[in-house]
Amino acid sequence: MKPASFAYHAPSTVDEALALLLANGPDSRVLAGGQSLIPMMNFRLAAPPVIIDLNRIPDLAYIRDQGDAVCIGAMTRQRAIEFSAIVADKLPVLRAAIKLVGHLPTRSRGTIGGSIAHADPAAELPMVLQALDGAVVVRGPKGERSIAASELFKDAMTTSIAPDEILVEVRLPVMPAGAGFAVEEFARRHGDFAIAAVTVVILRDGEGCASARIATAGISSRSERLRAAEQVLERHGLGEGAIARAAEAAAAMVEPLSDRQASAAYRRQLTQVLTERAVRRAAAA
Amino acid sequence: MSMTRTTDVRLTVNGKACEGRCEPRTLLADFLRDNLSLTGTHVGCEHGACGACTILYNGEAARSCIMFAVQADGADIVTVEGIAEGSALHPLQAAFHEHHGLQCGFCTPGMLITALDFLRVNPSPTVSEVREALSAVLCRCTGYQNIVKAVMAAAEAMRREQA
Repeated sequence: MKPASFAYHAPSTVDEALALLLANGPDSRVLAGGQSLIPMMNFRLAAPPVIIDLNRIPDLAYIRDQGDAVCIGAMTRQRAIEFSAIVADKLPVLRAAIKLVGHLPTRSRGTIGGSIAHADPAAELPMVLQALDGAVVVRGPKGERSIAASELFKDAMTTSIAPDEILVEVRLPVMPAGAGFAVEEFARRHGDFAIAAVTVVILRDGEGCASARIATAGISSRSERLRAAEQVLERHGLGEGAIARAAEAAAAMVEPLSDRQASAAYRRQLTQVLTERAVRRAAAA
Repeated sequence: MSMTRTTDVRLTVNGKACEGRCEPRTLLADFLRDNLSLTGTHVGCEHGACGACTILYNGEAARSCIMFAVQADGADIVTVEGIAEGSALHPLQAAFHEHHGLQCGFCTPGMLITALDFLRVNPSPTVSEVREALSAVLCRCTGYQNIVKAVMAAAEAMRREQA
């Protein structure tokens, strides 16, 4: 199908975009890479009367190494992240996950900010934001504020970003040297949205585990951290028994979706299997 | 609702300056086909899943069915019509011909452009990397075997050309 008519604005600064957002209110939608919004418009699942296109704002595309964190502009293409030396060096888990986001031709357009703000429960980038305990910077009429990953995702396609705010930057703490990580995803085909995915980032301490982060995609209505499973590893280390118990804890705490792709019980089983695999792989690294 | 106005779009397609007038909602794929009569770019699913509409957008493969033509104002685009050099087929096209890498041909423009971009990024791919790259485009005829063979053969031919 074809999209419904809309008025099109392509501002060249964020301030201009915010003014347009304020002037048009709930009629308007902000367009980033368009790899989710335009398909929805083509199917007329979305028919926003006003489109505010961020693609002409060059200031929103950058990858900066700030020492303890890497700051990525909201309009940075997923493809730029895939081939970034800074990301490969400082955020290898993001590099591993980005290859699972659609395909190279969709990553040419798709952006990190768009994917996170869209908050599809099955998308990989919200999961990475959770696993790295990152934050996003949003700008609105009252200025900028930072929202931690743990406070951002409220429900499927729902974030705590206010309607008059625009996501401008993603901040990801640099992974400590020696951190182990793994992204395990189960999908019908490469490039499809995850039926279930688990990302693990761990910091070893001899036989023990100094810190563990386990985050999901595709399993429940939003990407979430599985703190109970993380705690099993932090308390009991990275032996086979502890890994199995952590995976059981992960499966026990999720509230899985049930849809035509997979039942809730199946997703719960996948949570256990993928968590076990991901932790084992992260621990071996 | 009032009619939305049309706007001028000026862009470079296959090395040639082009322009057309369209509504903001006009998809780039439809603009290429209907305004510029470049019907080599195919429109399949219209939601970015099938890949038949893939073009090079400022040098990178992208789906033209999930972009608006107005967004492409000023852009440099290559469609399947632009990859041969005159009457000499591009090595990818020659390899698809040689290895019977197409049946109905509907997905072929997307396959060619996707493979072209992929081989620039990865000139010496393994078979499994080719399969992963081609998972961006759906083919319902061939079972992919000959497409994979064609891309592997083209990669080799293109490496020889570079050498």
